[in-house]
Amino acid sequence: MTYLLEVEGLKKSFGGVAALRDGALRLKPGSVHALCGGNGAGKSTFLKILMGIHQRDGGTIRARGRDVVYSSPAEALSAGIAIIEQELSPIPHMSVAENIYLGREPSGRFGGIDFKTMNRKAQALLDRLGFDIRASALMMHLSVAQVQLVEIAKALSHDADVIFMDEPTSAIGEKEAQHLFVAIERLKAEGKGIVYVSHRLSEIFQIADSYTVFRDGRFIGDGLLSDIDRPGLIRMIVGRDLGEEFYKTNVPTDEPGLEVENLTAPGKIDKVSFTAHRGEVFGIYGLMGSGRTEIFNCLFGLDTPSEGIIRLAGTPITVRRPRDAMDLGLAFVTEDRKLTGLNLGDSLRNNVCLASLPEMSPRFSMNRRAEADAARAMIDRFAIKAARDTMPVSGLSGGNQQKVVLGKWFLRQPKVLLLDEPTRGVDVGAKREIYRIICDFTAQGGTVVMISSEIDEVLGLSDRIMVMRQGRSAGILARDAVDASALVNLST
Amino acid sequence: MSVTDNSPAPSETTSARGRLILQEYGIFIAFLLLSGILSVSNEYFLTPGNISNVLLQTSINGILAIGMTFVILTRGIDLSVGAVVALSGIVAASFATTSATAAIPGGPYPAVLALAIGVLVGVACGALVGTIVSRFSVPAFVATLGMLSAARGMTLIYGGGKPVPALTPDFRFIGTGSVAGLPMPVVVLAVVFLVSWWVLSRTRFGRYIYAVGGNPHAANTSGIPVSRLRFSVYVISGGLSGLAGMILSARTGSALPQAGIAYELDAIAAVVIGGTSLSGGVGRITGTLIGALIIGVMNNGLDLMGIQSYYQQVLKGALIVGAVMLDQKRNHG
Repeated sequence: MTYLLEVEGLKKSFGGVAALRDGALRLKPGSVHALCGGNGAGKSTFLKILMGIHQRDGGTIRARGRDVVYSSPAEALSAGIAIIEQELSPIPHMSVAENIYLGREPSGRFGGIDFKTMNRKAQALLDRLGFDIRASALMMHLSVAQVQLVEIAKALSHDADVIFMDEPTSAIGEKEAQHLFVAIERLKAEGKGIVYVSHRLSEIFQIADSYTVFRDGRFIGDGLLSDIDRPGLIRMIVGRDLGEEFYKTNVPTDEPGLEVENLTAPGKIDKVSFTAHRGEVFGIYGLMGSGRTEIFNCLFGLDTPSEGIIRLAGTPITVRRPRDAMDLGLAFVTEDRKLTGLNLGDSLRNNVCLASLPEMSPRFSMNRRAEADAARAMIDRFAIKAARDTMPVSGLSGGNQQKVVLGKWFLRQPKVLLLDEPTRGVDVGAKREIYRIICDFTAQGGTVVMISSEIDEVLGLSDRIMVMRQGRSAGILARDAVDASALVNLST
Repeated sequence: MSVTDNSPAPSETTSARGRLILQEYGIFIAFLLLSGILSVSNEYFLTPGNISNVLLQTSINGILAIGMTFVILTRGIDLSVGAVVALSGIVAASFATTSATAAIPGGPYPAVLALAIGVLVGVACGALVGTIVSRFSVPAFVATLGMLSAARGMTLIYGGGKPVPALTPDFRFIGTGSVAGLPMPVVVLAVVFLVSWWVLSRTRFGRYIYAVGGNPHAANTSGIPVSRLRFSVYVISGGLSGLAGMILSARTGSALPQAGIAYELDAIAAVVIGGTSLSGGVGRITGTLIGALIIGVMNNGLDLMGIQSYYQQVLKGALIVGAVMLDQKRNHG
C-alpha cells in the first residue's frame, strides 16, 4: 500500500513551549481523511508545517513515498501538497482566473500577460470540476463558498494530489456545504487525497472515510470511520467520557421574554415575528444570507428596522443604538469573535469589562478593583483557562476566547441573551461547557435566542426553532416535531 | 459535573517574561543608554543648564506628540498639527501685540484672553477635522492633509503673509517665564503629560480609546460611542496644537506665518519611537514622552559634539525606522 502522504513524529516548539510533540498522519489516494482534535491539540501547527509556513523541529514527511523538505508554501505546492485555509485570502479586485494563476500567468506578446489563454484555461478547469463559476468574474463578487471552490481549483491547477481543508464549512451554509461535499467526492474519484479538518462531527461522518485524532500535540490514533461511532470519536478527542453531548435542563415558562412583531428592514428581513419565553432557548436556523444575523442587528440597535414592534417582558421598547439595548438588559454575542467580539490585543480583564465600564465606574475615573474582581468572577464561573487575567486574549484558545465574550455579556446580568453561532470554531469539550452556561442561564429564568448553522446544535439545544428563508420566517417548529431533514427542507 | 476543554492553560516562560520586560521598558532603557553615553562623552551634557535646555526644546514637540498619541491610538493620524500651531499662534498674537498695524482694534488684550483664543482656534480646527473623519468617514490622512493646507492658507490670509511682532510681556510669560526654577514650557508639558497619562490609563474615556483603536467593531457592539470618541481625539490634538502654538510664539516674541512647518513629522516620530502602533490600540503616553525626549537629547548631544544639523536629520531618520524595526521583530519575530 503506498500512501499519498505519510507523516511521522512531527515536532515543533515555540519559545520552549511544545505545540506539537508527535504529529502523524497517513493518507491514501482517493480518500477523505478527517483530522480531529480539540483546540490546542496541535492541528493548526501540523497544518502550518505541512504548508511550509513553520519549519519542523523533527519528524519526517513523505509525499508519494519520497522524503520531502520544504521551507515555503510555494515549495509545499510543488511537492503536491495544497492547503485551503480557514480564513481565505483572495485578492478581491482581481478575476478568478488571475487568482488561480497568480504568479504563473501565461505570457503574451511583449512580455505582457496573455489574458485570453489564462481565462480559457481557468474556465476549462472550473468546468471540468463542475464548479459553476465564471473565470472572468471578480473575486469580490463571489460568495465565501465560491471562493473556496476557486481555492480548490487553484490547488488542482498546481497538480496537487494532497489537499488539506481547514474548517471549510465554518463560514458557509448547509446548502453550500453540500455543494462542497459534492466537489470533494469528485476529487476523491480522481484519486486525490483530502485531509478534512473540522469540529463538526456530523460532517466528518458524512464525507470522511478515515480519521486521525490529535490530543495535546500528540497522535492518539487513527482508523476507519466505519469502525467507530460518534461517542467513541468524541471520547478519543476529549480523552474521557463526556456523557450526553448536549446539555438540556431548562424548562420553558409561558411568560414572554422577548416578543418581536413584524420586524422589517428593507432588503434584509421582512415581517419577522416570534416570541421567546423566559426559560426558553429559542433557536433560529437558516442559511447564510437568510436574514438570521440581521434580526439580531435590528434588535440590538446595530441596524434600524423600518417597522416592527419589540417587546421586552410585555413592554414595548425602542432601541436606537447598542447602548439602549444593553441598558434594557439585552446582550449580543456576535457571530465572529475576532471581528466583532473581542479586542484581541487587549487583556482578558479589559475585554470582560469592556461592555460594563459605565456601570462599574460611574465617575470619570476607573474603579480598578471592580474590574479585577469582575474578571476573576468570570474566569471562575466559566472556567476560563488563562495564566493571568492581564494576558492578551489573542493568546487564548478559541473556546476560552468565546468564554471571554460570554463573560463580557454575563457581567451585565442580562435578561435576554442573543447568541449568534455561540460555538463556532470551539472544540467539543468547550462546546459542552458553553451549552451548560446557556442552560443554566435559561433555567434561572433568562431568555435565549440562538442562531446556529449547526443542525445538531440547534436541534439539541432549542425548545422551539424558527427557520429563516430569504429574509422571512419559514415557520416556527417545536423541538419534538422537527428533525434535520425538515430544517434543511424548510430553509431552502 | 463540570467539563472543561482540555487544552493546557497558556503559561509564560522565562524568555517570554524577558521579552515582556523589554517591551515595557525597552524604550526607557534606550533613553538611559543614550543619555549615559552623552554624559560620559561630554561633561556639559548633565549640567542643570543643559538639562533645562533639552526639556525646553522638547516641550513643544512633546505636547504635540501627546495629542498625536490620542489620535494614533484610535488608528488615526493628524498631519495638521504644525499648520494649526501657526494659525493659532498668529490669531492669538493679534490679540496680544503692541504693534499698531497688526493688532485687533482695542488691543493688546489680557494675555489670558489671547491664550484662550489661541487654544480655541486649535480646538475648532480639531473639531472640524473630527467631524469630517467621524461623520463623513473620510480617512484621517486625507482630512488632516486638507486641514494642513487650509490652516497654512488661513494663517497667511489672517496675517497678510507677515509676522505679528511685539507681543506683550504677559503673553510671553508662557514661553519665557519660569515657575520654581522650571521654564514655563516645561511646566506646561509636565501638566499635559500628567493629565493625559491619567486620562489614558485611569479613566473610562481612555479605556474606550484603546478599545476603539484595538477593534472598532467590537467596541461598537459593546455599546461604546465610537464616532464620538473618534471626534474627540482630534479635538484634543487640535487643542494641544493650539497650546503649542502659544508657547512657540511666546518664546520667539512674534508669531510667524511659517511657524511649525513639518512639526507633525517630529510629533509622529516621537509617538512611533515611543512604541505606539500606527495600527491603533497599542501604546503608552510615557513611551511618547520618552520618544520626544530621545529626539531632544539626540539633537542636543549632536549639537554639543559639534556635529552639523544636517547629520542630525539623517540620524533621526535612522532612529525612527530602527525603532519600528525593533518593534516588529519583538512582536512578530
